[in-house]
Amino acid sequence: MNFGLLLVVGFFGGALLAFAFIGRQRSEKNIRDIPAFYRLQGMIELAVEDGSRLHVALGRSDITSPQSAAALVGLSMLGRIAAVASESDNPPVASAGDGLLAILAQDTLRATYTRLGLFGAYENTLGRVSGLTPFAYAAGTIHMMKDDGVSASLLAGTFGIEGGLLAAAAERRQVFSLAGSDSLPGQATLYATASELLVGEELYAGGAYLDAGPMHVASLHAQDLARWLVAAALLGGSILGLLGGFFR
Amino acid sequence: MNGNLRAPVSTAVALVGGWLTLFSILFGLEGLRATLLGWVMLVAAAGLLLGVLNLGTVHFTKLRGGSRNALYSFVLLVALFLTFVITAWLGPEAAAPQWLFRYIQLPVETSLMAVLAVTLTLAGARLLARRTDLFGVVFWVTALLALLGSGPLGDGLRPWLAQTLAGAGGRGILIGVSLGTIATGLRALLAADRPYGG
Repeated sequence: MNFGLLLVVGFFGGALLAFAFIGRQRSEKNIRDIPAFYRLQGMIELAVEDGSRLHVALGRSDITSPQSAAALVGLSMLGRIAAVASESDNPPVASAGDGLLAILAQDTLRATYTRLGLFGAYENTLGRVSGLTPFAYAAGTIHMMKDDGVSASLLAGTFGIEGGLLAAAAERRQVFSLAGSDSLPGQATLYATASELLVGEELYAGGAYLDAGPMHVASLHAQDLARWLVAAALLGGSILGLLGGFFR
Repeated sequence: MNGNLRAPVSTAVALVGGWLTLFSILFGLEGLRATLLGWVMLVAAAGLLLGVLNLGTVHFTKLRGGSRNALYSFVLLVALFLTFVITAWLGPEAAAPQWLFRYIQLPVETSLMAVLAVTLTLAGARLLARRTDLFGVVFWVTALLALLGSGPLGDGLRPWLAQTLAGAGGRGILIGVSLGTIATGLRALLAADRPYGG
């Protein structure tokens, strides 16, 4: 039996449910400020007002791999953005670099519009595959941003260095871009090119900031708690290692 | 299938699949894990095919609509059709598909890599104007030192930068990404995240 994994899953699951229970008794979310999300919310409101289109790039995560977590967060954010921007003349579009991811994007949009009673506004082409290799995806998505008159772009998923092409193309067209990736080279490239960057675990906090549900807030608190514990363990281990070196 | 009926079925399939996979890893049930992975690979392959179809449909719609970039869509559809037919007919190992990959796909992607190099140089030059905070300066100086370290002067500098400073920072970011991945996975297992229309 894999006790290490059981411990991690048990701790995380317990913390998640505990924070979800605590969250039900509180009205405020009590989460730390990430200014990038406030800018995104502003851009969503602006897009609804001026009737322009929002774009969610889901990257090229293989949905059967651990990288799918980044894409799942992107899908949660897509659902929320679609709900908030449902009154806009131009509904949000999603691009994916993987077939299954595009189907999930279509399903997310379809479910959101059905729930809001706006099924007539849904079209299958709102969730698209724009390319199946990293650079083909970037090239296809750049054209998509241009053709669809996109005013703000959210990049949430797995992006390698090709993400730099997307963010730079957005900047050239004066389109706001908020980017988060689970890849280190991707994050470094996007830091230099995107309007705003979500570093490390900030991407996974997206659902909590866009009001995707109380479980998103609870999981963010569980993440924060785990991060402090990992930091304490690393620091403690280093100090013990140092002391061990002194007393050897 | 009706949307109202489909949602609980997809949720149930996703939950059973997720929990069974977790149990197979926890309790070392290799047979079950291999079977589940086999099914997933089959679905993923079908997904790839659907992705190609989706790509074709989007560009066919653009072509019929007579959009400004309809010519690009036409070229894409012709290339897609020819590549698909040739590869399906001769097999991916044959000379013709290999030629298509080596002399068309690879140079096109390499040229995009070259565009990226220019884009990043420009972005690097503009970075200090856009990000005026401490982290912007640190990022810019580190990138400059790493570039200098690639030359003959940087025998000791580059490994120290890449393995000590950047390595430590990278691990910190990856720990955050791992925690986020676990939290997202658990949300999916608890059906709090349902990107399948549930």
